[in-house]
Amino acid sequence: MSPRMRLWLVATGGAGLAALLVAACLDLPRFGGDRHPYGDQAVEASLSRHTANTVASVTFDQRAFDTLGEMSILFAAVLGSVVLLRQTRDEHRARPEPAAVSRPVRRYALLVLPVALLTGLYVVAHGQVSPGGGFQGGVVAATALHLLYLGADYRALERVRPIAPYEAGDALAASAYLVTGLAALLAGSAFLANTLLPYGTFNTLASAGTVPLLNAAIGMEVACAVVVLLAGFLDQAVEIVDEGEHDDGEYHDDPRQRGK
Amino acid sequence: MTEALIVTALLLVAGSATAAVAVRDPVRQSLVLAVLGVVLAVLFTVLQAPDVALSQLAVGSALTPLLLLLTVRKVRRRGQRAAGGGGGSDGRRGGGSGP
Repeated sequence: MSPRMRLWLVATGGAGLAALLVAACLDLPRFGGDRHPYGDQAVEASLSRHTANTVASVTFDQRAFDTLGEMSILFAAVLGSVVLLRQTRDEHRARPEPAAVSRPVRRYALLVLPVALLTGLYVVAHGQVSPGGGFQGGVVAATALHLLYLGADYRALERVRPIAPYEAGDALAASAYLVTGLAALLAGSAFLANTLLPYGTFNTLASAGTVPLLNAAIGMEVACAVVVLLAGFLDQAVEIVDEGEHDDGEYHDDPRQRGK
Repeated sequence: MTEALIVTALLLVAGSATAAVAVRDPVRQSLVLAVLGVVLAVLFTVLQAPDVALSQLAVGSALTPLLLLLTVRKVRRRGQRAAGGGGGSDGRRGGGSGP
């Protein structure tokens, strides 16, 4: 195919896509309008299952199967990164030197770490009541752990973050989600249907049936996945050295001192 | 009042997104990306989507810039070695093709 022909093909396809998109946008409901047919149905379904946070009801009850797919995507993506970022035969590990951390940074990081960790756990636990849930809380808790790298150094982080348990936790949490779905099936209902537990008291922690369980599973899965993912990147950036790379001494410096 | 807030948030998003493209240094780019994440979180909150805003805040302004910074550090280290030692083994695993 000649370049000219290719250009025409792209132009035609692009123009067609643009025309269809504009036509679809002209038919959309007005911005900020008061007619939300899908929203009304979702709210009704979530209230009937005593779930205060309708978004949690949609993700972990009405469309829990969809969330299973999303969780699998994250799981597969992290698995792929771990395989790609592994230590190969022509690389070796160099222990990073302890880095000097200025006192305000250390104080701030160590002060914020427990607060951030607790915030993450709070967001996971209150997913059925208030905005947030397993994904958001999991990411917050996992990134909070890495404040230790800012406040102390890489070795301190490695001490509180042995990778093997987090890899096992990732797989365990993913299976927990699946098992909760299968339990509903065994109890004589549909896969991942929210019929297993009593719906509890509206707007309390003990409400919404299986939503808190699935939230906890997702929270653990996401937190472990993020820790494992960041560990792969940190290993490559700080510890793993190519052949011939070790003698320039450059890797002893700290990424925090760059870009300033 | 709400409309003014939405317009302000949208303008901020447009501004920081343009800045993220205009800045060419990847290290600065990742910092601008963190700012863009915060501004997007504000926009989502104003549009009454706090769930999405929380995800955006955690992923867009903390996790993604951190991954980018770590990647830049690794790529630069390789690039320096290739330029200094003349070792031709750069990019064996597709990692050395950075800026």
